[in-house]
Amino acid sequence: MSAKAAAIPASSARSPLAPWLFLSPFLICFAVFTVYPLIQAVLLSTQTTFGPGATRFVGANNFVALFRDPLFWKACSNTLIYTLGSIFIQLPLALGLALLLESPNLRGRSWLRLVLFSPSMVGVVFAAMMFGLIFEKRTGLLNQLLHGTLGIVGIEWDLDFGWLQQHVMLGLIVASLWMYVGFNMTFFAAALQNVRKDLVEAAIVDGAGPVSRFWNVTIPAIRPVAGFVVLMSVIGSFQLFELPYIMFSSSAGPDNRALTIVLYLFQNGFEVGDLGYATAIGWALAVILVGCTMVQRLLARGEEASA
Amino acid sequence: MNPQPGLRFTRFTAWLLTRSLLLLAVLITFIPFMWLVAASFKSNEEFFRSTFLPMREGSWAVDWSRLTFDAYKRLFVEVDFGRGLINSIFLSSVTGVLATLCCAMGGYALARFNFKGRGFCTALVLAAVLIPGPLLLAPGYQLLYNLGLLDSFAGLILPAIAPAFGVFLFRQAVLSGVPTDLLEAARIDGAGEWRTFMVVVLPLVRPMIGTFLMITFLGVWNNFIGPQVVLQSPDKFPLSVAVAELKRGYYSDYGLQMAGTVVSILPVMILFLLMQKDFVSGLAAGAVKG
Repeated sequence: MSAKAAAIPASSARSPLAPWLFLSPFLICFAVFTVYPLIQAVLLSTQTTFGPGATRFVGANNFVALFRDPLFWKACSNTLIYTLGSIFIQLPLALGLALLLESPNLRGRSWLRLVLFSPSMVGVVFAAMMFGLIFEKRTGLLNQLLHGTLGIVGIEWDLDFGWLQQHVMLGLIVASLWMYVGFNMTFFAAALQNVRKDLVEAAIVDGAGPVSRFWNVTIPAIRPVAGFVVLMSVIGSFQLFELPYIMFSSSAGPDNRALTIVLYLFQNGFEVGDLGYATAIGWALAVILVGCTMVQRLLARGEEASA
Repeated sequence: MNPQPGLRFTRFTAWLLTRSLLLLAVLITFIPFMWLVAASFKSNEEFFRSTFLPMREGSWAVDWSRLTFDAYKRLFVEVDFGRGLINSIFLSSVTGVLATLCCAMGGYALARFNFKGRGFCTALVLAAVLIPGPLLLAPGYQLLYNLGLLDSFAGLILPAIAPAFGVFLFRQAVLSGVPTDLLEAARIDGAGEWRTFMVVVLPLVRPMIGTFLMITFLGVWNNFIGPQVVLQSPDKFPLSVAVAELKRGYYSDYGLQMAGTVVSILPVMILFLLMQKDFVSGLAAGAVKG
């Protein structure tokens, strides 16, 4: 691609300044609001601050403290559980829905795709508000539905069951399922267009059943997109913040059971006022995420090479 | 040819199974939001009497008289939620337009100009996509404090108008959608660089403009952590923060929280339905190609 672009004849009529003028709004904003804070992030992580003005140099102490901080590890394990939940529950469901949408003679296919995609347009804050209300004790939809339906078979469901108190992670994972299954489905649906019809037919001729066709034809064809979707889910899940913060009313839930990495960063930086410690948490997050991206790229490259 | 009866049976089962599973998925998608809308029109006593809409005794007719606009009245009169709506519309559209212009210009420069430093700028854009947002939260806050931009709209808009992935998206759009011959032709006709960009380039990348405007608009509308950190005065809060404030200040007033959430979600849903065609297909195509 760059080779093609390089072949443009350098027209004498073009001012050498023109590209820089076109780039300047972006470059200025980028330099001020991305590059500079990134450099500051290195400095800040060696400081303890009391609000944005008062700072004190502490060297590597923030990182040492972080390693020994049980709450940080709790945040990590909560985030990891949520991430695994989103990968192993969310993505298979998304792929399943995409496959269902592929079924022959389906009417209203594009309408269905649109409907299932639409929850991802709802902001996390608003979805968190909605699910907070749904999981509410007496007035919530979930308890009322369970009370109504189980009542028919004679089981008395406790209307005061505290979903948000009893099943913290489940609440988060269910809410994120509602938001993102359709979103991920869209990518799988696009990937399924890459499945070669002739290979499927050859497999049918060879007597392969639907299960074997799925593993041997479909999965290899969608693997590149699947890798991308997994990476996106990991990056998104590791930055989980609004969902628990709003659902648990500006807290980390009972017993910090909904504490996530970014929520802990937020608490330290903007409730305690230690921007230095918050930045150290930010670096830990960055290392994890850049690491995951590198691993995914290496895996993808390895597959391309062997294919 | 008549298929064997057994085959016909499995076909029917498959048909029934796929349709019921899809129906279930659609129901699960709709029910939470439908419930929220219905419940936002209920009085506090009504919450306990009906799950969805209140019904007349012994019939399937909806008893509309038991619904009320009370929560919405309080939302706009007592809490001044309209202010949040205006703030959200303002922040989202201004950021959306500026970011789109900024990224389209940058992407065009990287795609269709030959200049020293292009490789470096492209690498910079690609590397920046890797930086996780939360890392810049604390240093960004400190920067806005030093610039005196805390608690101002500028402090929210300026950092948001230069997303690196936007430049990348427009670079791809220009590479695949703007032929060099056309640019040469415009130049021979005596059009200046800016005119060429406005009249030739922008119309050719229109689908990407639509998609990117929508992405940015939604991103700002749904952004919570930014305004929560930057803004302090309640009259500047966008809906995302205003709705969270409802939960803090009126924690037992479910009707108010529901109405506020409905008012926050509805505009986005309407916008999405108006623009959905380009958006969903553009997004998916980008993923498969990218």
